[in-house]
Amino acid sequence: MQKERIVGTSVLRKEGTAKVRGAARYIDDLSLPGMIFGATVRSAIPRGRILSIQFGDEIPWDEFVVVSAKDIPGENTIALINRDWPCLANEMVNHPEEPILLLAHADPHLLRKALDAVHIEYETLPSVHSIEESERGDVVVWGADNVFKQFQIDKGDVDQIWGAADFIVEGEYSTGAQEHLYIENNGVIAAFTREDGLTVWGSMQCPFYVHKSLVAVSALPEDKVRVIQVETGGAFGGKEDYPSMIGAHAALLAMKAQRPVKIVYDRMEDMVATTKRHPSRTRIRTAVAKDGKLLGAEIEFSLDGGAYSTLSPTVLSRGTIHAAGAYFWPNIRVRSKAYSTNCPPHGAFRGFGAPQSLFAMERHMDRIAGVVGISPEDLRRRNFLRQGLTTATGQEIREAVDLEHLLLRALELSDYHSKRERFERENASSKKKKGIGLAAFFHGAGFTGSGERYLNSVAAMDATPDGKIRVLVSSTEFGQGTNTVLCQIAAEALGIDYDLVEMAPPDTSVVPNTGPTVASRTTMIVGKLVHSAAVGLKQTLQASGFLGEKWTTDEFCIAVKAHVAKYGTLRSDSRYEAPPDVYWDDEKYRGEAYPAFAWAVYVAEVTLDTISYAVTVDDFVAVQEVGRVLNPVLAVGQIEGGIAQGIGYALYEKVQWEKGRMMNGQMTNYIIPTSQDIPPIRVYFEELPFAHGAYGAKGIGELPMDGPAPAILNAVSQAAGKDFNTIPLMPEDICAQLALKTVSLEAISV
Amino acid sequence: MNRASFSFRINGESKSVEAYPMERLLDVLRESLGLTGTKEGCGEGECGACSVLINGELVNSCLVPVAQTNGAEIVTIEGIATGEDLHPAQKAFLACGGAQCGMCTPGMVVATVHLLNRYPQPTPEQIREGLNGNLCRCTGYMRIFKAVEDAAETGSGR
Amino acid sequence: MRSDPSEYEMASPGTLAGALDLLRHRPGGWLPVAGGTEIMVQYSAGRLGARRLLNLWGIQELREIAESDDSLRIGGGCTFSQLRKHPAVRDHFPLLAMAAAWTGSVANQNRATIAGNIVNASPAADSPPALLAYEAELELISAVGTRRIPYRDFHLGYKKTGLYPDELLLAIHLPKRFAGWFRYAQKTGTRNAQAISKICIAGIGKLRGDYVEALHIGIGAVAPTPLRLHKTESALLEVKITDASIRDALRVLASEISPIDDIRSSAEYRRQVAANLVEDLLRSFAESEQAI
Repeated sequence: MQKERIVGTSVLRKEGTAKVRGAARYIDDLSLPGMIFGATVRSAIPRGRILSIQFGDEIPWDEFVVVSAKDIPGENTIALINRDWPCLANEMVNHPEEPILLLAHADPHLLRKALDAVHIEYETLPSVHSIEESERGDVVVWGADNVFKQFQIDKGDVDQIWGAADFIVEGEYSTGAQEHLYIENNGVIAAFTREDGLTVWGSMQCPFYVHKSLVAVSALPEDKVRVIQVETGGAFGGKEDYPSMIGAHAALLAMKAQRPVKIVYDRMEDMVATTKRHPSRTRIRTAVAKDGKLLGAEIEFSLDGGAYSTLSPTVLSRGTIHAAGAYFWPNIRVRSKAYSTNCPPHGAFRGFGAPQSLFAMERHMDRIAGVVGISPEDLRRRNFLRQGLTTATGQEIREAVDLEHLLLRALELSDYHSKRERFERENASSKKKKGIGLAAFFHGAGFTGSGERYLNSVAAMDATPDGKIRVLVSSTEFGQGTNTVLCQIAAEALGIDYDLVEMAPPDTSVVPNTGPTVASRTTMIVGKLVHSAAVGLKQTLQASGFLGEKWTTDEFCIAVKAHVAKYGTLRSDSRYEAPPDVYWDDEKYRGEAYPAFAWAVYVAEVTLDTISYAVTVDDFVAVQEVGRVLNPVLAVGQIEGGIAQGIGYALYEKVQWEKGRMMNGQMTNYIIPTSQDIPPIRVYFEELPFAHGAYGAKGIGELPMDGPAPAILNAVSQAAGKDFNTIPLMPEDICAQLALKTVSLEAISV
Repeated sequence: MNRASFSFRINGESKSVEAYPMERLLDVLRESLGLTGTKEGCGEGECGACSVLINGELVNSCLVPVAQTNGAEIVTIEGIATGEDLHPAQKAFLACGGAQCGMCTPGMVVATVHLLNRYPQPTPEQIREGLNGNLCRCTGYMRIFKAVEDAAETGSGR
Repeated sequence: MRSDPSEYEMASPGTLAGALDLLRHRPGGWLPVAGGTEIMVQYSAGRLGARRLLNLWGIQELREIAESDDSLRIGGGCTFSQLRKHPAVRDHFPLLAMAAAWTGSVANQNRATIAGNIVNASPAADSPPALLAYEAELELISAVGTRRIPYRDFHLGYKKTGLYPDELLLAIHLPKRFAGWFRYAQKTGTRNAQAISKICIAGIGKLRGDYVEALHIGIGAVAPTPLRLHKTESALLEVKITDASIRDALRVLASEISPIDDIRSSAEYRRQVAANLVEDLLRSFAESEQAI
């Protein structure tokens, strides 16, 4: 493999200096002349009809701008996949905190008092607050049957296998909602003039998603709507869909007020009103031969989608496709449904359905191992996918992935065997029980099936008058390293220094639509487009005679300036081309689900304190095959950060629901790990370059979210000598299971 | 109620503001003084994004009424570098990948400087404890620990 | 930020006498605030009922720690950072130093004061169990003079204390008579740092041979107030610690505490963990070698 100069090295983060200086400007650091503030009046009930709205006398309402659904010039919809998500509630509300009215005023303190002075009378209607309630169908809250979407995947003939099975193993597994808790809350500024149209700046992942929603809501022509992403303080999927809502709100106020409007949520509003990870329930029934060979499975995978469908269809899709895990199933059926309930709609969150279904499969594999009487690692080793075998959707694995090797490496690095044996021996006589558990999994990078073809992304590169090169993409930076990696790729492809390349502002009036910054696609797919745009740019310069066969960065810069001086511009565009032989059937959900998979084995070592029933993770080993690591420091940072979120997902982060309302909407009561809660995390990469990814890269942003929870629960189950199948697993849950044991022992010995 | 006059030194410069005594120091810094490097992440003293030094002590500025800062020496993220020269902690955060989205970074850097001032050669436990009031959602803390260790090695307690 | 700063008055007299004078003229009309780590959270959330605040931060007379041969006097305005670092606190009242070290974060400890922790009267506060175990005495002051009451008589009910409307908590007095005693403390929170306790316990004790000569156990978050486990202790005085006497003590414990379900945890969990902690404390106590 040719040695690259920049790709593969840990060049410094492009915008890093500004960040460490505190000079990076996030939306709440910005203001416009004449700007006023906006706030949202929200539903107090989970479901019902608005009967009346009274405005209290103590507020000077003539100073306020008030927007209701009736003021919406276009469609009262935030368009994602379906068009059922209202921008503002009209008569019906379907979840607590649903937006009803928008208020704006120059004085943020008076604005807050005004919020409290709006009195809404409701007729409360029955509401639904769990997958079980929704699926029973006694109360229908969405469509005909509460079902947003369903899928069925079939492979082989699963109905024929049960008779031949030596073991039939069943299990039910559940995961809870998870709040993104990006350190920067959602915020936008909108400005509108008749001449220039509508401009919205904000914290977001997908400027063109916001653009699309604003066009629909404002009824303005596309070229009169402009969206600009500003420095974004964390997203994790929570700013994929929601910014369209808050952006539309600010836009409506700005259009009515004829002044710029800023809406920034405080922590409590952001936690209780915006999207979360879909809770899930998975039921698995597997047929297994006595040597541990998997004969087949039936999986029922259910998601709680909240009040409106938003992204539930695609979250369900990914969860469904990943439900089979990293194993070869000769026969399998996966039936999945996303249900409506009356809480704020759930949405995108790193992993996007896969953490939910993979949690279930990886817990179930340990259960199978226990029933069959072989070790968890041997069971997996006997059934791993590998080159030549097909997934549940019939996708043939074309790369030489060696999961067994990843497994062996992870077991060795974590000292798994000797620890497992020692813990088994020592736990009986210790108050602190220890366990070590593993999870093996995969994650498809890029959009599912024909998604990338449908996105039809375009990337471009151009030159500035002072000879710098700009990358023009709609892909955004929110900590994961977009700016850095794309500039590395461009610099490498152009044969110039990293410092000569910069990112064009993510402004829909400047950059082409390279698709959303989601699905672990940015490095792999957008990076590839940047690469080809760069090659195109180089060829243009060579064709115009300004660039020879070899050059230094300075010579390149001179060539660029000369070209621009002569021709006025220098620009190269590149459009997505699907790799050949990629086939996906949207009806039957069969074929090549993803262009590439990353593969991993994670091992977690835990201590369960039998006095407090608290679990701490003591050590964590993460081995993954990711195509090609383009920036080691950034890549390790993504894995470590994802693992920390996975640890939170497993052991700390519980949303306390009461009739659809999140009751613990404060950082003091919604618990994420601090610096004193994280174990040493050891990350190892293997590389099988992926031909269709930039410099061989595959996506890695979401992969680390899938492994920690099942690895941890596998470890805790060993430590406790009891199966735990629900996350988050709180000390209270463990106490409820274990304390029973000790009480009954007491009774016996008396 | 009336505004009053409060004076303090910020990043070595004497400053005076007219403010209500119960305005949060965080808001005075960001809005009256235009120092937007200090961030609000939670408003409840949990996340540490608003961390500053008052008389050398690390505090959450979202919990400090400006009236309690009269006459104090305040250091914000803007005062950590010396002009163009980054503090060793900032250089280490850059080199080690200690900043991802950057929102926790100002508070985290201030907390790091505070830690290294007290313990120029901190143990891993002291590092974890010194940063226990600064939540990061992006990094998983590991690159931050490395940055603190590297900064300590280049001798940065000052 | 859900409150309007223009609606709040803050007086900063700068001296103890000045503060007491204000309280005398308007008893109950001023809410004293020192570090603000509790009050400012309520304020930010728009839940602070008081509109007049009395600024105690920076009043030096409240921040002094004075040691004599037989006691330690801790000024109410001492921060948790001060407490955990002070040699006399660490040497003579290590459980209080521990409680200070595991309250909040470093930044919170630099501002949170011991008087604030006590007067705020959360049943889950971290320092009260140690103060109860060490048999602290509170010195309360008003414009007319001072008075002392045993700390264990201070909490009258959930968030109700014996502080008069014109008083401040001037100092906490701790008797230096526990040298060489067995000691035990645990905090069970939602995570390792910055966690409100689900349950916290502090215990000290002395054996005479195999028999319990003295035992003081303070516990938080299992009752409307921080609790001293008098009944449980009595069940063990003059008794050998055995499996049977532990079982008896736990039965008494179950009747002495009244934990509840709340946003952080459940009554059942608190009940079980309290029992586990007391059992662990007693077994450690039985195995301890006490230095003279």
